[in-house]
Amino acid sequence: MIQAPNIADLNLEYTLPAAFLAIYTCFLLMADLFIQRKTVTAWLALGGLGVSFVFNLFVFNQGGEALEGLFIADQFTGFLNIIILVTAILTVFLSIDYLKRTQIERGEFYILLLFSTAGMMFMASANDLIVVFAALELLSIPLYIMAAFRPNDVKSEESGMKYFVLGAFASAFFLYGAALVYGATGTTRLPEIFQAVEGIVTNDSSSVFLLLVGTALLIVGLGFKVAVVPFHMWTPDVYEGSPTPVTAFMSVGAKAGGFAALLRVMVVALPTFFLNQGDTTTAWQTVVWIIAALTMIVGNFVAISQTNIKRMLAYSSIAHAGYILMAVAAAGTAGVANAAAQGALIYLLAYAFTNLGAFGVVLALEKNDGTGTNLDDFVGLSKSKPLLAAMMAIFMFSLAGIPLTGGFTGKWLIFQATLDAGLVPLAIIGVLTSVVSAFYYVRIIVNMYLRDGDGSPADGATPYVTYAIYAAFAGTVILGIFPVLATNLTDTVTIAASVIAR
Amino acid sequence: MEPVSSSLSLTTITLFLPMVGLTILMFMREDTQKEAIQWTAFGFSIATFIASLLMWATFDTANGGLQMAQRFDWLPTYGISYYVAVDGLAMLLVLLSTFTMPLAILISFRAHIIEERGRVKLYYMFMLLLEWAMIGVFVAQDLVTFYIFWEVTLVPMYFLIGIWGSENRVYAAVKFFLYTMAGSILMLLAILFVGNEAGTFALPEIVAGVQSGAIVFPFDGVFSTQSFLFLGFLIAFAIKVPLWPFHSWLPDAHVQAPTSGSVILAAVLLKMGAYGMIRFCLPLFPQASVDWAPIVAGLAVIGIIYGAWVSYAQTDIKKLVAYSSVSHMGFVVLGIFALNAQGLQGAAIQMVNHGISTGGLFLLVGMLYERRHTKAMSAYGGIWKAMPLFGGISLVITLSSMGLPGLNGFVGEFTILLGSMGSQVLGFFFTMFATLGVILAAVYMLYMFQKVYMGELDKPENMNLPKLHWHEIAVLIPILIMIFWIGLQPGVFFSLLDSSTSKLIADMGQIVPQIVAQLP
Repeated sequence: MIQAPNIADLNLEYTLPAAFLAIYTCFLLMADLFIQRKTVTAWLALGGLGVSFVFNLFVFNQGGEALEGLFIADQFTGFLNIIILVTAILTVFLSIDYLKRTQIERGEFYILLLFSTAGMMFMASANDLIVVFAALELLSIPLYIMAAFRPNDVKSEESGMKYFVLGAFASAFFLYGAALVYGATGTTRLPEIFQAVEGIVTNDSSSVFLLLVGTALLIVGLGFKVAVVPFHMWTPDVYEGSPTPVTAFMSVGAKAGGFAALLRVMVVALPTFFLNQGDTTTAWQTVVWIIAALTMIVGNFVAISQTNIKRMLAYSSIAHAGYILMAVAAAGTAGVANAAAQGALIYLLAYAFTNLGAFGVVLALEKNDGTGTNLDDFVGLSKSKPLLAAMMAIFMFSLAGIPLTGGFTGKWLIFQATLDAGLVPLAIIGVLTSVVSAFYYVRIIVNMYLRDGDGSPADGATPYVTYAIYAAFAGTVILGIFPVLATNLTDTVTIAASVIAR
Repeated sequence: MEPVSSSLSLTTITLFLPMVGLTILMFMREDTQKEAIQWTAFGFSIATFIASLLMWATFDTANGGLQMAQRFDWLPTYGISYYVAVDGLAMLLVLLSTFTMPLAILISFRAHIIEERGRVKLYYMFMLLLEWAMIGVFVAQDLVTFYIFWEVTLVPMYFLIGIWGSENRVYAAVKFFLYTMAGSILMLLAILFVGNEAGTFALPEIVAGVQSGAIVFPFDGVFSTQSFLFLGFLIAFAIKVPLWPFHSWLPDAHVQAPTSGSVILAAVLLKMGAYGMIRFCLPLFPQASVDWAPIVAGLAVIGIIYGAWVSYAQTDIKKLVAYSSVSHMGFVVLGIFALNAQGLQGAAIQMVNHGISTGGLFLLVGMLYERRHTKAMSAYGGIWKAMPLFGGISLVITLSSMGLPGLNGFVGEFTILLGSMGSQVLGFFFTMFATLGVILAAVYMLYMFQKVYMGELDKPENMNLPKLHWHEIAVLIPILIMIFWIGLQPGVFFSLLDSSTSKLIADMGQIVPQIVAQLP
């Protein structure tokens, strides 16, 4: 007999940031029907994101499990929510004028954006494989639509279609993986899986196989979302074809959500999944390690040959997924999980600011028909728009990991965790490929500063866009010069300890 | 070690003066205030120089430890702090940086290339940023802080070469950037590894830990953890020095860079590599240093001869000077890996000498280039007759670069050769081949001097070269003063180094007894 849970035991207040946003968006969906000026919808969306941000600050330090363990709101969640909400807010600012000038302004855009944001937030707080799956869908489906948001543009349609078909495929992988893990452990709750794993490893060999396949499929499903090699094929086409604000949002937000789930599943549920008793590294570490190395190598090398900045940033985002995946691999060594998670969080935050800023500049250069995003369009930008060019240069340096930018802070924490985990070859691959990455990032700077040209007028640099770029710039630089502001928040992040203590 | 004070130390003031200047420049308008921008930049570089002189005045030469330290937490959970201080060696190199920068700025005032390319404000902002980062490299006592400054020097130099360089500038700038970044990023891994092992990134604490045996980087031969860490640091430094065979970025960068860029590159940036070897490689990895010393010194000797040889084959004056840097910096590395106090002191003095002489040579090349817009030796001849004063000054600087006794170059090279001869790890053969380099230096330098300055004034374009402008004289005079000062009274500078180098060697000797034998 099912007993109805007591409302007070559900700890609903911990779910508030994400739940509020989801419910608010439902209301906004209806309200939008009566709103003539879609800028109003944009501001209402911003208001919702802001309120959710405030709620998040309240539960940041005092969260716990909610909804009977389906949902968890710890500092890890709180910090990811900050990243996700900042991303969403900046994306709204990037979108307002862009949608107008490319004549695709519709209120639904902001609503889809908010739904997807809510999905990401649920993903960050999921404590159960089913919730991860539901959140994954809530995150993805609006993104499929947004990718195809430019009607009558073949590229945009192709982008949406491709994303949808492959995304659905990946979701199926994840679901099957979850089913197999359930088959092996008899539960979908992450902490309970953790408890079951120990018994499986010691006694039961047939379940080990189930669990192994299940884990692999989970990695495939989530790996698709965060675009790691070899599940990255969709990324360049989708990034290139989608409207630029969507690309910006996707490249940061979907990644944050995906890595949140990946870290949570791996670290909370499977940190003791050893193939043989007495191993010190988990069964999945080697796989993740190889994927990370491949991702960094392929992403960075292929990015070199790109001529379109959106495609280049797509491959660069693949490469960055590889760096973050290094942290996941590092988390597979006992005792490093927290440091790795902290590194991944800082990296994601830095990447969010930097990449949104870079896409902001791209968006400013983009013409109304979607052209103007080739690398050559950056030639001479330092003369026509010195401030924009300077900020783009900083973003590029940050992506390459030059000190005094957020990108360096993130890379350094991740490399430190990787070395701590004893994965020295992986760290070496990481630093060497980041030199490769410097090559193509620097090429943008070469075009902006060292080549003579008239320079793009950057008509897209309307006030809202400029504010968003300023904010991203401030975030990038502050994170580089005073990383302590962010690490103070992540210092308390412990995604592993609470479980292991049990 | 001096207790770390919480009040503002002179080191911090010197370090951040250029940043203050940069901030002011940021708010000036390029189109209307060009002169003001130039003078503001120059003023702040002079102020920084004066501040560094004040540091020298308060510096206690008897103290071999760190002085004028300042430290506050930057990222406490990771054991990283903003930690700056100087010892004798760092003091000397800070002085070299702050001495060079005003000259580089002054020579840019009328530089043709900067007029042509414009963006004057950006140019001087990069100069001051570069000065900040350079001083930072020399005063940083925390590994991460050091790395940050180290990498940041890349950015302004990249732009200086890339925007204000000559025809092939983009290639040279990108090569410079990627080459040096590739080297230093491995150092980042080594730094993180060392920091993980030690639990702190503060260099003095780590060195103390290595001394007391609290921190051990396992060492058993050429392929061990300590050796790999040593190499992680060494390769970054070797690329910067540049040590043969890592030198290929240098000729490109030097030839394409504007005069000021070449001067700074030669005078200061190359020194960062050699300084890093002394500051990090030796005290952190003493066993590996001893083990690898013959190999590194061997490369240095190859570099000495190779650089000299290739210099002789050049037809472009700037390239000749650039390759001579490879040769001269080989001496520095040889001195360092002699692993004795003499070698180290010689290396340090040679760093300063090379900065002054080669910096001077690049200034001369720049002045010729301003007048004739070519760097080919064949375009010149008999310049001494056309510009007597210039010819005279050039002779002194050339002789100083050759190592003529009585001028500064001799002091450094001689001390290095002494050190290498008396070294327990090197010895006769290294010294012999290095001495060959001294002779070769005379060959290519005199060859250059003969082609450019001597002979008949037979080319009509060279007949009526404009006389030296006041600012050119103002730039050359300090160089001449230093050439004679170090040449005739080297004791002043050696006394600055004495305690620090002796302490370093004594510290190393505790761990690796075989190098103690020759302590003075």
